[in-house]
Amino acid sequence: MSIEVASRPTLLAPAAPAAPLQTRTKPRRHVLDLDDFSVQEVEAVLQTTAAMKDVLQRPIKKVPTLRGKTLVTLFYESSTRTRVAFELAAKALGADTVSVAAQSSSVTKGESLIDTIRTLQALGADFVVMRHHQAGAPYVVAEELSASVINAGDGWHAHPTQALLDLFTIRERLGRIDGLRVAIIGDILHSRVARSNLWGLGLMGANVVLCGPPTLLPASDFCDGLPWTFERTYRLDEAIEGADVIMLLRMQLERQSGGLFPSLREYVRTYALTEERLARAKPGVVIMHPGPMNEGVEIDPRVARSTQSVIETQVTNGVAVRMALLYLLSGLPA
Amino acid sequence: MIRLTGGRVVDPASGRDELADLLVEDGRIVDSATTRDETVIDASGYVVAPGFVDLHCHLREPGFEDAETIASGTRAAAAGGFTTLCALADTQPTTDTGSNVESLLTQARRDAVVRVLPVGTTTKQRQSEELSEMADMAYAGAVAFSDSDRAVRKTSLMRHALEYSLLVEKPIASHAEDAELVDGGVMHEGALATVLGLKGVPRQAEEIAVGRDLALAQLTGGRLHLAHLSTAAAVSQVRDAKARGIRVTAEVSPHHLVLSDEVVSLKMYDTNARTSPPLRSPTDAAALLAGLKDGTIDCVVSDHSPRRWIDKACEFDQALPGISSLETAFGLLMRLVHAGVLSLSELLSALTYRAARAWDLPYGTLSAGAPADVVVLDPDQAWVVDPDRFFSKGRNTPLAGQTLRGTVLLTLANGNIVYRNGL
Repeated sequence: MSIEVASRPTLLAPAAPAAPLQTRTKPRRHVLDLDDFSVQEVEAVLQTTAAMKDVLQRPIKKVPTLRGKTLVTLFYESSTRTRVAFELAAKALGADTVSVAAQSSSVTKGESLIDTIRTLQALGADFVVMRHHQAGAPYVVAEELSASVINAGDGWHAHPTQALLDLFTIRERLGRIDGLRVAIIGDILHSRVARSNLWGLGLMGANVVLCGPPTLLPASDFCDGLPWTFERTYRLDEAIEGADVIMLLRMQLERQSGGLFPSLREYVRTYALTEERLARAKPGVVIMHPGPMNEGVEIDPRVARSTQSVIETQVTNGVAVRMALLYLLSGLPA
Repeated sequence: MIRLTGGRVVDPASGRDELADLLVEDGRIVDSATTRDETVIDASGYVVAPGFVDLHCHLREPGFEDAETIASGTRAAAAGGFTTLCALADTQPTTDTGSNVESLLTQARRDAVVRVLPVGTTTKQRQSEELSEMADMAYAGAVAFSDSDRAVRKTSLMRHALEYSLLVEKPIASHAEDAELVDGGVMHEGALATVLGLKGVPRQAEEIAVGRDLALAQLTGGRLHLAHLSTAAAVSQVRDAKARGIRVTAEVSPHHLVLSDEVVSLKMYDTNARTSPPLRSPTDAAALLAGLKDGTIDCVVSDHSPRRWIDKACEFDQALPGISSLETAFGLLMRLVHAGVLSLSELLSALTYRAARAWDLPYGTLSAGAPADVVVLDPDQAWVVDPDRFFSKGRNTPLAGQTLRGTVLLTLANGNIVYRNGL
C-alpha cells in the first residue's frame, strides 16, 4: 500500500550528521535520549567531560559558569547516584539546585505531571532534571516547558546521561570505542540503560551483544529499521567470549513475580558473573555496572571489586559528564 | 421541500451512480414533490450520497459530559457526514436496562441533531457476571449489545449471551482482545514499542479472542459482530468463518485502516495515537483494506472516542485510549481513494449500505421513501485538521495540522439541514 502518513520518524532513520556543536547556530535545548545525537555531538560531550574532570581535581572544585541559574531535580523514582551527581555537577558550576521528590510534593495530592511542570516553570527553573517511572514522560514535559529538560531515566525507555558516562568511562580506560565488543547482560527488555547504551555504543562504532533469558531480551526483529545491528544470545559464555567490556544490569525481583523467570537462584546459576566465568573472558576485559548492584546476584562481590571493575569510576565520571551537559545546554562554546 | 440539483448521486444500496436531482419532502426521499415551495441547493460538481451509518461511537453522555455530550457529539457527526450513530454503553450509568435505553432516547430527542441508536450492554454493569436484560432493551430500542471497550471475560457467559440474543435477533458486538495477554500493554508490540520502551500488545491478543468468539458463534448460532479489527490474522479468521457459514459481521475504524504504529513516534509519545486495540503495522492495515474490499469486513465505523484534554496531556501509559474521529473520518479514509487502492463507491458503500445491512438498520440508502439522510461531499477539497475548530469536545487526534483531501459540504438528517459548509 502506498499511503504515506508523513516521513519516517526520525527515531527509525539513521541520525543525520548534524553540524559540530561549535558551529551550531542553535544549541541543543533538551537531552531526552541519545537517538538524536550525532557523532560530533557525542564527541563534544566527551571532550568537555574531560575538561570538567580536571575542574573536579582542583583544590577548589567550583567555577562560576552557571551562576544565577537554577536546576531542579524532579524525581518520581528513587535514585542516589544520578540525583546526587546532577546536584554536585550543578553546584560545581555555580548553579543553585532544588530537589523535588515526588513523594513529598503536591504529586501525592493528585497533581498531574503537567500541573507540576507548569509550577516549576512559573518558579523559574532553568534546567529540569527528571526521572519518571513511565516511558516518554520527559517528552510531555519538554513540550510544555521553556527550560531545558534532561532525562534522568524514563521507564524502560532511556537514560542518556548514564550512556554518555559509560562511553566516557570506556574510552578513558581503553582509549577508543570504535570496534570494541561490548556485552550487555541481564534484563535488557526492561532496561533504559541498555537502550540508551545501544544508541550510544552503536553510534560510536562498538559491536554490542545482548545476553539474558529469552523472556528478558527484545525480540530479534528489534533492529529492523535501526541504523545498526547487534548480536543476541541466551548463553553467557558466548556473550563474554572476546568481549572488551562486560556491562551488567541489575536483576529486579519483581520480574520473577511477573512470571518472566522462575527464580533468582536459577538466574544466578545461569547469568551471574563469577570469577570462574571471568577467567574465561579476554584478559583486561572491563567490568561495568550502572548501579545499584545486587552483589551475589548478577555479579560476584569479588568481581565487582576486582581491578578490572570500573564501577566506582563510572560514578565519579557521572559528575563530570553532567557538568559537561549542563555547560553545553547553556549554549556556551565547547 | 429541498431539491439538490445536478450532483453525482451515489447510492450503493441500489447501485445507482448518476447525475441527477434529489428531492426531499417531509423528512423522506421522494421521486416527485407534491408541494411547490422548494429550497434549491446546487450540488453540481459534488457527490450526493446517503448519510453515513456509524455502528461504533462513544458519546460519553450520561456521565462523562466533560468529554462529550449528545449535543456536541451529534454536531460533530453532522459535520463529518454521519447521520446515524450507534452509541456504546460505556457511560455512567451504563445502558443496561430498558429504562436506560429509553432515557438515552429521550435525551437524544432533546439534544441530538442526528439519529442516535442505543447499544445496550451484554452483561449487567459490563461486569461479565450476569446477562443484561436484552429483551427489555430491544423492546425499548436497543439495536445491538456490547460491553463496549471490554470483552466478556467469561467464556461461558459469552456463550450464553450469544444464545440468549437469538430471542431478539440482535448482534452481540465484541471488543475481541484477550485482556490477560494485553496485560497492561499500551501500543502494538513490535520494534517500535521496544525502542520507545513501551509495553506492547501482541497481535495474538486479538487472534485468541476472535478465535474464541467465532467458535462460540458457531456453537450457538448467535449473531457475532467483531468491533474494530486491527490485525491481518483476524481478517483471515473472519474470512474463513464466513466461508463456513458462521454468522459474523466485522467492522474497521478509519485509523486502523489508514494509520500505523509509527504515528506514536511522529510526535514522540503522541498520546493521541494511543488506541485500543493499538494502531498496528502497515502490513496489518493492508490486510484490513483487502478484507474490506472482499467483504470480509462489512463496514467502516468511526470508533469516535472523545477524551478530555487532561486524559491525553499526560504520560503515555496513563493516557486513555481513543481518537476523536467523527470529523476526520471521511477525509482520512479518502487517502485510500486518492491513493487509488479503494474506489469512492466502495468507500461510500462501507460507510452506508453495508453498515446498515450488518445490523438490519433501515438507513444508509437514497431510495424513495427512505428517511432523508443525505450528505453532499467534495472528494477533492483539501483542508488542514485544526482540533480547536472541532464541534466535538474531544480534541484528541493525531492528525492535527495534517492536510486531508475530502470534505463534507452539507448534511441532511431526517430531511433537516444539520450542517452546511460552503454550499
